[in-house]
Amino acid sequence: MTTENLPGRENDDLGDAARRRFVSSLAAVAAVPGVFLQTVAEAARPADQPVTDKVRWGLLIDTEKCNDGCDACIKACDEEHNLEGFGRPTTDAQWIRKLTARDKRTGRVVTMPMLCQHCEHPPCVDVCPTGASFRRVDGIVLVDKHTCIGCRYCMMACPYKARSFIHETLHDQKPYAPRGKGTVESCTMCVHKVDRGDGTTACAEACDEEGHQAILFGDLYDPDSEISQRMRERGATQIRADLKLNTGVRYQGI
Amino acid sequence: MRASYVRMRLTAGAILLALLWVLPLMATGEGRVPLPNIPPVPAEKGTQCVEDTDVMRRNHMEFILHQRDDTVHRGIRTEKHSLKGCIDCHVNPIEGGSYPEYGSEEHFCSSCHTYAAVNIDCFQCHNDEPEAE
Repeated sequence: MTTENLPGRENDDLGDAARRRFVSSLAAVAAVPGVFLQTVAEAARPADQPVTDKVRWGLLIDTEKCNDGCDACIKACDEEHNLEGFGRPTTDAQWIRKLTARDKRTGRVVTMPMLCQHCEHPPCVDVCPTGASFRRVDGIVLVDKHTCIGCRYCMMACPYKARSFIHETLHDQKPYAPRGKGTVESCTMCVHKVDRGDGTTACAEACDEEGHQAILFGDLYDPDSEISQRMRERGATQIRADLKLNTGVRYQGI
Repeated sequence: MRASYVRMRLTAGAILLALLWVLPLMATGEGRVPLPNIPPVPAEKGTQCVEDTDVMRRNHMEFILHQRDDTVHRGIRTEKHSLKGCIDCHVNPIEGGSYPEYGSEEHFCSSCHTYAAVNIDCFQCHNDEPEAE
């Protein structure tokens, strides 16, 4: 067998020792400036390479910056994925909901977007009878609608009420976001944008445009990413941490 | 006895002649069998598909089935063998400037699927026309 056709091995003429030297020199370079690190982290993965578990994508939501009454993130999500409504609020697809919570004792009110928490141990994946609910190795929890039978077990299992079932025949879907009647869906963390190397999501972009900057997308495994730095500085909470799901969406200020 | 032998030779000869006349017609596909009217791809989009035409006709469903798992589960988003790639090239505006819908004879996919009595559900979820620029 030759290594000719293996992806990523075309120009592999480095010996073991040479490779080790090369890798350690990379590490030395990487340790120096923050700017260089940024470029490495945000460099787009080539389209023909599979995702790896070297990264874990996550969102950090700062509830102190999230404005009551603002729904820019929801609108951006609806537009990005063409989540049209049918005037039926109880069943229309909804990938982000705005929650307002009030502490009974202190009376403090916080408002925040609630969406798929992209758990490391997702209950929706546990209960799916066909394997349609799955967690991509880079931490994004998705529904493979080719295998989804629409049983909605995942909707019942999700502690965050993050999923929607499509009751209607749909038209004019976005080519990068196929959706259809009889399947369950939820936030994809804008997987098409992530794969393109945009390094952000539609909701985070919209929040930035509104000037709130309450949503931050990034790599939770990279200690130098902005999301990791901010979490290190101020800490971050998981909602329903008692379930030990290790969510990829974290909140500050609650 | 001799007469029936001659008759047999004559019949065999006639059948052979008839075959010689019919076979080339069958091979070229000309004649009585109606063929699907497949919408052409404009020349500016290229003249060669991602595989040879006969390979694509026979195996396109295998290619896109394989590609869909690679894309959904492993995040591989190469254009070759992707359904989106098919649509971008093969679905083009008809008279009046609008795109044909899947199910009409002018849509590339259904032009042949109707002919071959193939039922697919790709376009219950996927868009049947290219993304607007």
